[in-house]
Amino acid sequence: MFAEFLQYLFSGVTIGATYALVALGFTLVYNASHVINFAQGEFLMIGGMSTVSLLAMGVPLPLAIAMAVALAAVLGMALHKLAIAPARKADVITLIIITIGASIFLRGLAQIIWGKEFHTMPGFSAAESVNVLGAVMYTQSLWVLAVAGVMVLLLALFFTRTLMGKAILATSMNPGAARLMGIRTQFVLMLAFMLAAVLGAMAGIMVAPITLTAYDIGIMLGLKGFVAAAIGGMGSGVGAVVGGLLLGIAEAMTAGYISSDYKDAVAFLLILVILFFMPRGLFGARVAERV
Amino acid sequence: MALLRLPERVPGLPVLALVLLLVPLFLGNEFHLDIATQIALIAATVVGLNLLVGYGGQVSLGHAAFFGMGAYASAILTGTYGWTSMPALLCGALLVAVLAWTLGRPILRLKGHYLSMATLGMGIIIAIVINNEGWLTGGPDGLAVEPLTVLGAELSIFDHYSVLGLDVSGALLWYGLAALLLLLAVWIARNLVDSPIGRALRAVHGSEVAARVVGVDTAHYKLLIFVISAVYASVMGSFYAHYTGFITPQVASFEHSIELITMVVLGGMASTYGVILGAVLLMLLPQLLTDFQDYEMMMFGLILMLTMIFMPKGLLPTLSEALKRLRSRPATAPAGQE
Repeated sequence: MFAEFLQYLFSGVTIGATYALVALGFTLVYNASHVINFAQGEFLMIGGMSTVSLLAMGVPLPLAIAMAVALAAVLGMALHKLAIAPARKADVITLIIITIGASIFLRGLAQIIWGKEFHTMPGFSAAESVNVLGAVMYTQSLWVLAVAGVMVLLLALFFTRTLMGKAILATSMNPGAARLMGIRTQFVLMLAFMLAAVLGAMAGIMVAPITLTAYDIGIMLGLKGFVAAAIGGMGSGVGAVVGGLLLGIAEAMTAGYISSDYKDAVAFLLILVILFFMPRGLFGARVAERV
Repeated sequence: MALLRLPERVPGLPVLALVLLLVPLFLGNEFHLDIATQIALIAATVVGLNLLVGYGGQVSLGHAAFFGMGAYASAILTGTYGWTSMPALLCGALLVAVLAWTLGRPILRLKGHYLSMATLGMGIIIAIVINNEGWLTGGPDGLAVEPLTVLGAELSIFDHYSVLGLDVSGALLWYGLAALLLLLAVWIARNLVDSPIGRALRAVHGSEVAARVVGVDTAHYKLLIFVISAVYASVMGSFYAHYTGFITPQVASFEHSIELITMVVLGGMASTYGVILGAVLLMLLPQLLTDFQDYEMMMFGLILMLTMIFMPKGLLPTLSEALKRLRSRPATAPAGQE
């Protein structure tokens, strides 16, 4: 009974850590530019798929991961430079449609390169799983949690300890004032897109051995990450992490105890509940609107 | 003043009617006619969605769910329960109106793009329910739909009918019906925009706070237009189901929602004829890209991105602005005056 619960908890926390990384990416870009980047999920797909390809070419795992993340980072910068920056004077909804266009483009590209079938990636450790209090914990889950933890920590340090991090925060608070202080806001925005892409790619690589990967996994993972960000209150870093974990656990519990058919509905039911009862999310700041 | 404005606004509807009348003359075969009919039905849906997006300033990322609910309500009530088409259509529309009202009432009191999150969530839940409850909806395999019945007469695309002594195919009649529905949708939308509701909404779009200060109940008007646009989708979904004769959960999917909103933004928000153009282009694009086979999806994304980057206001507003600039500035204007 308890072992069963623990089992669901493990798988929930694992997938939740992935959602948290995606949600952090959404939050970063949203804070810096108020754009909801619907191409965020595609970075997971690109991270996972290119790692699989590089491994197949005989590239050792750490190098393959580094190259895949670098590729995603370049794509993230390109997305900003080529698609978002030229249209920066447009409506937010127009920018959202541009990111949707970008996500369809990337998905189409992936379909040409990698085909429509699922690809498998071996786990990072030789040992498949360990037993914890009667529940099975996959070693890959430990990798996911460890990497997600390290990423969150690094991100926190980046924002509190480095000038670059503070420049991003300043831009998200007040772009005009930031520009007056000599911060190149367009560069900061590009950095935000790049960081979001790196976060997404890392999440995609880590989770690929568990969930498999295909050209179209980005849609659902991206949407779930978006929901996690909204649960946390769009724009809050802590909220994104908590939102991701909560969503992962809620999903695993639903799949375990209620119905696996409706597992995917949990995220979207949660977002409705949050909007009805605490519209700013769990950690969203109360902001007074200036006219 | 009124006289001056006339030429700008009035011809829209007759011109659209003329275009719709002429289209069948240029269509070579039944396949083209089929696409034209579908475009007209979807365009009418998008005209309704544009009321919300273009005039209400709110974004729905789940409008296909309303379309799908209308489609499935008609399919299930006429097929499984033997109702006739019109009561089924009305029942679906009522269901959608109640759902949109329940969802919109608490959400639309909030400032910001919360409606897009709520409609996204609701849309995907409805799509999942349609997929999972196979006993009612046929599940992922889809559901066959009875032909449309109007006043006891059946309208099927496979039959031939005698109209005023002429032999007319059911497909052509269906095209005529879809064209009429589109004209009706545009007529209602134009009237709504020029009504007190439309004026209030434009005020909300301009500045919600300012609108509230002058006494516009902003939440009420936004809710009203949300419900109206949802009912548009539901009604067109019902007709679409009867027309195609077979529906799958795809009609209610997130992807379809994205297609609908893309038509609005691509064609030009707040431009009724622009969004029709958006619907035409977005539905023709896959037909034109079929030659590219594997590259179809990539090309589609690329075209979407490029259009929005270079014409952020949408096709029709950008084109008409360019036209105006051409007309107002003679060719002799010195270069580099911008």
